[in-house]
Amino acid sequence: MNILPVIETHDLSKRFGNTSAVCNLTMSVAAGSITGFLGLNGAGKTTTIKMLLGMISPTGGGGTILGYSIRDPAESLAIRRRVAYVSESQRLYDYMTVAQIVRFTKSFHSGWRSDVEESLLRSWALPLNQKVKALSKGMRRKLALLLAFARKPELLILDEPSDGLDPVGVEQLLEAMVAQCGEGTAVFFSSHQIAEVERVADRVCIIHKGQLVMNASLDDLRESYRQIDIVFGAAPNEAEFQIPGVERIQAQGCQMRVLVSGNAEQVVARARMHDVNSIEVAPIGLREMFLDRVKEN
Amino acid sequence: MIFFKLNTALGQPLYLQLMQQIRHAAENGVMQDGDQLPGIRTLAEELVVSPNTVAKAYSELEHEGLLELRQGSGAFLSINRRSRAIADRVQAARRKAECLVEDLRAGGLQDDQIWRLFETVLFRGAEISAKR
Repeated sequence: MNILPVIETHDLSKRFGNTSAVCNLTMSVAAGSITGFLGLNGAGKTTTIKMLLGMISPTGGGGTILGYSIRDPAESLAIRRRVAYVSESQRLYDYMTVAQIVRFTKSFHSGWRSDVEESLLRSWALPLNQKVKALSKGMRRKLALLLAFARKPELLILDEPSDGLDPVGVEQLLEAMVAQCGEGTAVFFSSHQIAEVERVADRVCIIHKGQLVMNASLDDLRESYRQIDIVFGAAPNEAEFQIPGVERIQAQGCQMRVLVSGNAEQVVARARMHDVNSIEVAPIGLREMFLDRVKEN
Repeated sequence: MIFFKLNTALGQPLYLQLMQQIRHAAENGVMQDGDQLPGIRTLAEELVVSPNTVAKAYSELEHEGLLELRQGSGAFLSINRRSRAIADRVQAARRKAECLVEDLRAGGLQDDQIWRLFETVLFRGAEISAKR
């Protein structure tokens, strides 16, 4: 398996006039993995993705995709050949039928996977003889995804892929993403649906107001992130708990709530040196984590 | 055939949940020595989780000696004397745990209180036991 990251950015920034859409984004996406790119609407997800694909140019910083510079127009072609991308508003040839556009797209890609094409046509029940312009929003989305998935690219970049799909469609999309990853394709998808990211992703990047506020593996999140609720006999000294791993402390009277990304044992040990009435350690889900990061900033 | 059930809300990585459920199936006889488990990709698609999750669970279990991975043909359960001994111990411990929980319930504790209690106690224990 390729050990080089499939996506790498350094201080990637984009300003539109006086507004900063993406600010000093530094991240790295591992090969062979599924990465969820979470953020509220307008957080900078699409702007980031468009910069990665060379569709808009950064105002600062840079990055590479599969080793190719995203700022070099000549390399941008190589990127587009090896990366499949499905946008929120994918442009498709409206005058073609589903069968025609599939055949047309297939002719450009030597590695076309007919088995993937057939299985997705079947499970998504796409009407072969219907014109693309007559398709519903959900069907268009499915068609665009099929055209990307059947290419068997090295990297799939999906911008809000589940948008406009019904629950069954979302489930089928996630299954298809898992299948792609199983074949060695790295998947990078943006979403504001926490539940779907939580299920299939190996890693999660959270972007808020153009800044990367979290980049962690979901295994680490489940294993090390904890919320610790402590009730002391007397009001505690917050400063004593500012140790590595502690992300946030909320104190009110004798109660204290500590959010840690690791080192929970140390916090518990410190608390026990005082007169404590109770200590509760609870895991923290991606949802709470996301809301915490988004509220904090 | 095991009916897996992964819980994304639990404070436990999915690969660990998978490992536990396979171990559990070996302990309670749902799976026997030599039984085959689905391939990594098949199981990942079935559970709709990242293939890396299944791969990690399988390779850790192989490391423990409970699974044998054969190139191209999948994963096979290998219950040797050591894992049988572990299974017996777990059975015995389970009876103890049942008694304890019954005791706590009789003492008026609700199940969610017992659950939190276990989390907290186990968590304290984790500081002593070595981290992987």
